Amino acid sequence: MAVVTRDSEASGPAAGTSRPAAVSRFYTGMVNLEWLTKAWWTILSISLFAGIWELCWFFGWADPKLLPPPHIFLGNLAEQGKFFNTATRWQVGQAMNAGPSAFESVMITVGATTARVFVGLAMASVLAIGMGVLIRYHHFFDKLVLPTITLLSPVSPIAWLPVAIFLFGIGNAPAIFMVVVALFFHMVLATVAQIDGVSPNFINVARTMGASKRQIYGRVIVPAILPGMLQVLRLNLFGAWMVVLVAESTGVGYGMGQVIMLARNTFNPSLVFFTIAVIGVLGFAFDWLLRQAQRRILYWLPDTKEKLRGL
Amino acid sequence: MAFDAPPTFSSKDAVVCRGVGKTWAAGTKRAHNALTDIDLDVAPGEFVVLLGPSGCGKSTLLYLIAGLEDATEGQLWSFGDLVETPSPQRSLIFQETSLFPWLTVWENVSFGLSIRGASKEERRSVAAEALQRVGLKAAMDKRPDELSGGMRQRVAVARALAMRPKVLLMDEPFAALDVQTRARMQDFLLDVWRDSGASVLFVTHHIDEAVALADRVVVFTSRPGRIKTIVPIDMPRPRNLFSREAEDLRIQLTDLLRDEVDRAFAEQEALAATA
Repeated sequence: MAVVTRDSEASGPAAGTSRPAAVSRFYTGMVNLEWLTKAWWTILSISLFAGIWELCWFFGWADPKLLPPPHIFLGNLAEQGKFFNTATRWQVGQAMNAGPSAFESVMITVGATTARVFVGLAMASVLAIGMGVLIRYHHFFDKLVLPTITLLSPVSPIAWLPVAIFLFGIGNAPAIFMVVVALFFHMVLATVAQIDGVSPNFINVARTMGASKRQIYGRVIVPAILPGMLQVLRLNLFGAWMVVLVAESTGVGYGMGQVIMLARNTFNPSLVFFTIAVIGVLGFAFDWLLRQAQRRILYWLPDTKEKLRGL
Repeated sequence: MAFDAPPTFSSKDAVVCRGVGKTWAAGTKRAHNALTDIDLDVAPGEFVVLLGPSGCGKSTLLYLIAGLEDATEGQLWSFGDLVETPSPQRSLIFQETSLFPWLTVWENVSFGLSIRGASKEERRSVAAEALQRVGLKAAMDKRPDELSGGMRQRVAVARALAMRPKVLLMDEPFAALDVQTRARMQDFLLDVWRDSGASVLFVTHHIDEAVALADRVVVFTSRPGRIKTIVPIDMPRPRNLFSREAEDLRIQLTDLLRDEVDRAFAEQEALAATA
């Protein structure tokens, strides 16, 4: 492992001097197999899961009509993709084959759902962090708002679904509203908990330096809670993916939730599992991106995971 | 006793405490008296060590002088001004490293200046000067997590010095360091103290540390903390800590502390028995 890395470092600059930059970058990328060793366990983990499923099918324990194994539901991508064309089907007079191609339909559907997740997550984070900071900043705000937020926090997103439709009808708005309302209250409570966990020494240092209350919040408390908030954001990303499907299954004309509902209504388990696979891959990919961001932004955090592994 | 005496004090003194006491969680069931009846004058440029068993309220006194907590009895002055809020004139250095992990070393050191809205050039030059004085100018652009514990405490000292404080309050700043590092840090602190001309109030429960550093050692009783006695040390610096004089002082301070530690233990045992 270490040898491979050293090889690539040694050959990288040397290649760069004799070849165009793009070629040498490609060359270095190929030589540097680090990504493969990192991805290895992910691949193995997923293969193992899929393999057990396939075995169950092979021995006849899993009925392919109810629990089709991966090679069946991933087997005919073009066929599956057609079902993603839920948007045009809603329009009166549109033929099944009209509109975008299967691949385009999948992309439109995935794009729409992803956009709802991210807009909802971003709105919920901004509102929740703002509210959390306000609650601790103004004492009267704390007294006035926190009880209601705690009261609404355990309400299931399902309960908000009719409210979303009453308020916003059908379209992007109710789906985004659902994501925001499902995440907001928890995130406010998480923000307040993060603020309360800030080391009093940090605050005392700022106070002895003559910092005002505003400066203490802006320059000490907000950066101090950032690591925890990114963690909260990561966990809530999954929450957002869960909620958006619920919202889309009733309130919105197209999206992954609609595909799942279509699969349910037409008794199409292949399509259910195909959609689940797509959601899984998307969630995994975005979590990976957030983890990368976390590592870049929060370089000062100790690596406890490494320590635990060494036990 | 303190209330009978008129609250007069030399306005030149760096710290004046008259009848100072602190009760935590006053008015509740958990109320406990941490500190009571403290009369203490600290001259400008004086090095005072507060020595006492754990939990005797010596750190509390430091927080009161810093203005981070309000006294529940008596009053405090610093250079003639009533202590009501924290002030950059009185810098507190904590036991645990309290550097902001999201800032570089120099940004940490110049944090107080950035609060006042100083320009980046000014902040960097002041930080460089302060870090020079603690011998860490080379580490300016490092992150706190790249430094050792001793280096971090030196950065914390530099951060305090950058504010040009008249009083340095130190709450067991070297407690987390190993013995060798601590000895070096004591020498370093004496150099910094001499250069800065500030008064130092230094909290410790190490007798050796008190003998090495102090002009005067204020010995505390166990809870509630009172001043048991004040031991002046007029050994010239640099001190020979293996001299007869130093040994006698250690014995004297050990005896003074032993009674208090015994009492504290007896109290804790009684408390555990009733609980």
